[in-house]
Amino acid sequence: MFIVENRTWFFLFTGLLTVAAILALVIWTPKLSIDFTGGSLVEVAYTDARPYITEIQATLEGAGFTEATVRESGDKGMAIRTSTLTPERHDALLIALGEDGHRMLTESRFTSIGPSLGNELSTKALYALLSVIVAIVLYIAWAFRKVSRPVSSWAYGITVIVILVHDILVPAGFFAIYAHFTGVQADTLFVVALLAILGYSVNDTIVIFDRVREHLGKNEKTGARQDFAEVVGRSITETLGRSINTSLTVVLALTALAFFGSPVTLEFALVLLAGVIAGTYSSILLAAPLLVPLSKFFTKRA
Amino acid sequence: MRFIPALGVLIIAGLLGWFVLTTNGTGSHYGIKLGLDLAGGTELIYKADANAVAGDKQGALTSLRDVIERRVNLFGVAEPLVQLEKSSAVAGTQEDRLLVELPGVTDVKAAVDAIGKTPTLEFKLVGTPSENASSTVAYVSTGLTGRYLKNAELQFSAGQSGAAAGTPVVVLNFNDEGTKMFAKITGDNVGKQLAIFLDGEPISSPVIQEAIPGGTATITGQFTPTEARDLVRNLNFGALPVPIELASSNTIGPSLGGAAFQAGLMAALIGFLLVTLFMILWYRLSGVVASVALVIYVLLTVLVMKVVPITLTASGIAGFILSIGLAVDANVLIFERMKEELRHGKDAHDAVKIGFFRAWSAIRDGHLTMLISSIILFWLGTSIVQGFALVFGFGVIASLISAVFVSRVFLLAIVPEKAEGPIWNFLLSSGFHLKAHQK
Repeated sequence: MFIVENRTWFFLFTGLLTVAAILALVIWTPKLSIDFTGGSLVEVAYTDARPYITEIQATLEGAGFTEATVRESGDKGMAIRTSTLTPERHDALLIALGEDGHRMLTESRFTSIGPSLGNELSTKALYALLSVIVAIVLYIAWAFRKVSRPVSSWAYGITVIVILVHDILVPAGFFAIYAHFTGVQADTLFVVALLAILGYSVNDTIVIFDRVREHLGKNEKTGARQDFAEVVGRSITETLGRSINTSLTVVLALTALAFFGSPVTLEFALVLLAGVIAGTYSSILLAAPLLVPLSKFFTKRA
Repeated sequence: MRFIPALGVLIIAGLLGWFVLTTNGTGSHYGIKLGLDLAGGTELIYKADANAVAGDKQGALTSLRDVIERRVNLFGVAEPLVQLEKSSAVAGTQEDRLLVELPGVTDVKAAVDAIGKTPTLEFKLVGTPSENASSTVAYVSTGLTGRYLKNAELQFSAGQSGAAAGTPVVVLNFNDEGTKMFAKITGDNVGKQLAIFLDGEPISSPVIQEAIPGGTATITGQFTPTEARDLVRNLNFGALPVPIELASSNTIGPSLGGAAFQAGLMAALIGFLLVTLFMILWYRLSGVVASVALVIYVLLTVLVMKVVPITLTASGIAGFILSIGLAVDANVLIFERMKEELRHGKDAHDAVKIGFFRAWSAIRDGHLTMLISSIILFWLGTSIVQGFALVFGFGVIASLISAVFVSRVFLLAIVPEKAEGPIWNFLLSSGFHLKAHQK
């Protein structure tokens, strides 16, 4: 009952976190990778010590790659992002990086994406995010259709929208801060992580809603009258252990991925971790308590 | 009697394990196929301009794929992949694409040259010079392209048809369809010029003297013998029926891919150990059962990857590790429910039965929402995303089997009917303390 009784404070807390995430996204908007904008990315590994970034920038400018951005990658590697390169320009870039044969290097990655493919990904990502949210909300409203008393099943659906928006804003904000300090860019995997969070984060919410549904069903059968806020409070307490434990197993697996996995999936693992944690506290502190004020609104209309 | 289903599951799991472990050799038909980001190699995506083709667009695209496949095979790549794709339904303009995957190839330029340098061959009618005498000549597509070519030959002119004796000429032989088209075009347009375009450039524009029913055409450009020979070879390798343009390329060096694969395996193993350790320490006997079920889950997922087959990518491995954490979620819900039933005074066997039954609605709803998002992810479509979505989606289904069905069979086999008392209560409870759960 503690959470339901003090829900205003928890709403404030989650609200502040969301606002902080939005601010982070606005102030430090993550740079979009070439997956979205089109362009080329060359990653090379130097056999001996790599040159300084400023050196490389100077060399590249000399070779006519004025818009190239350079970033360190791994121990001896460099990642260079440019506009889309033709095969000839690609060769020229490699020669410039090797300082005309003075430095030994191997090319470990070359990605080149035309602008049309990049645009297509942005559109698709947006549609995918929206359709996942709509599909989940519709499913929840449908799955809880039998519990329309005292609260219409749409209240559960609407709560889920709030939760989903919170659950992707917080990890996205986290990514904005992380990207600001490390220089990483939002790529396809970032979108995948957000979509996976959408699919997973409502799980905890469903567990609590499911318990509410069960209590309401039982009360209806036995004719017991119980305040809705009380039902919600009881449901939260009863399911607290499993909400935390289901997330904990996922956190354990993702921690292994972040620490031991390939560097390619590091940001992916971190964003997911942030999302799973956000999804857990939001379902306990935000989703279930939110049903109480919504119930008042929906019963008035009914 | 209650052991029989459990024994059955164990035998199936044993067979699964045997299959998964014995089909890993490089030569095995069921070896896991590694994506280019793990194995190293080059992926090229071409934009195919099917609008440039008059008539059967789909047929032209199919023959484009065949031609490129022949070229790629000539390049000497093991297990290349050449397939046609469409841009997604939500993209602004619809495009046809050709995806070419070349495992092991890291020289993009050589690959692009080998694939792209095939000539496109077209026949266009030269419009009658208009009255206002515009400087540009109007060319009208005839629909006859390299697609209808049977083969090309190098000949040396005997001195007829305007070419000096001994100069190289390229003779084109059309296939049946091409022969008919060529006969009709020449028959309908006697006196006009028919231009032969190679890679978008007119190379010769002979005047049609009469209908040519025989299905052969001769190009008498200003060829050197070497140029003529190259042209014939390229035409025979396959003139591209549809013009293509490189839209994206992606090359991963083999060492980078190998390191990513090793790291992914390591992370999967450690993730698996962490999850099982937690489950056993916290949920005791039930946790042991969940861990066995998790092993079966892993076997099932690997089986699906091998049989479908799903190409494993770095993002696929990430999806797999995430799914290990998700797979025991249903177990957590069930075990917590069992504890509640025990506290309500049910005997251990009944608690197991009711625990599974009552936890089901939450498990169903949770898994379905995950399945919905994995389907939408798959539809999002690029290969990175699809690798993740497939593993994630199949993982969700496999975890229903392992966490719900398999652990139920095992627990019901282990816990006897009417089992009661502190020992059972302890074994089926949870927490790091050594007491049975108190009410």
